[in-house]
Amino acid sequence: MSTKTEITKDLANKKINVTREFAAPLEKVWKAWTDVSLLEQWWAPKPWKAVSKSYDFSEGGFWLYSMVGPNGETAWCRVNFKTIVPQQSFTSTALFCDENGVVNPDFPPMHWLVTFHPVGASTRVVAELTFDSEADLEKIVAMGFEEGFTMALGNLDEILEA
Amino acid sequence: MRRDIFQAIADPTRRAILGLLALQAMTPNAIAEHFDSTRQAVSKHIQILVECEVVKQQQTGREIYYHFNPNKMKEIDLWLDRFRKLWEGRFDQLDNLLENL
Repeated sequence: MSTKTEITKDLANKKINVTREFAAPLEKVWKAWTDVSLLEQWWAPKPWKAVSKSYDFSEGGFWLYSMVGPNGETAWCRVNFKTIVPQQSFTSTALFCDENGVVNPDFPPMHWLVTFHPVGASTRVVAELTFDSEADLEKIVAMGFEEGFTMALGNLDEILEA
Repeated sequence: MRRDIFQAIADPTRRAILGLLALQAMTPNAIAEHFDSTRQAVSKHIQILVECEVVKQQQTGREIYYHFNPNKMKEIDLWLDRFRKLWEGRFDQLDNLLENL
């Protein structure tokens, strides 16, 4: 079963909302988003893999991982967790970095607020993405990548269209 | 400084000007009549819109008309399309995972 992903843009406020319903109870959906062994299984668009170096889902903790391509290409990413309300929401900042987690300042940070809502037996997830400035949003669009790594993935479009 | 679509839409007056021009081409005077700001301020906004290529100017007789350029706005849509595909791909994988959880 596949439900529709809803995307609304409020570019004047540097904001994009992604909404999606999942046919599973909230506890499971929350777990899939926050337990790294599960997160790794869906986070990377195939045939790429998300490989974690470290993971600490706590306020002030971070996830350091690399996106690894079929030819061994890697792009290191870091997600800083800011606030966590278990089974309800978390906020984070996604960044590009090196293998030691040192942030690359050339790539604009993207801020996420992810909220989980029970809808009957299903769960609605709303992910709100904001940028620090118009310039940052513009940079991300101009570079044609999402969360900093589409560019590194290169052939993502073909993968997704296949 | 590089001008682009995001600078064009960053300002409420410029968004209002784009809204007017999307309906019909207008002269600078006709545009300025819609705003309380000075003609000079409005023409500065128009200039930025032209530099962002979201508005084109065209000379008709002695008058200059400004036209909305919808192709430029498509840059955002193209990016959002890619963004959507990435997330749909991810979420389909998450669906499969949840089914077996």
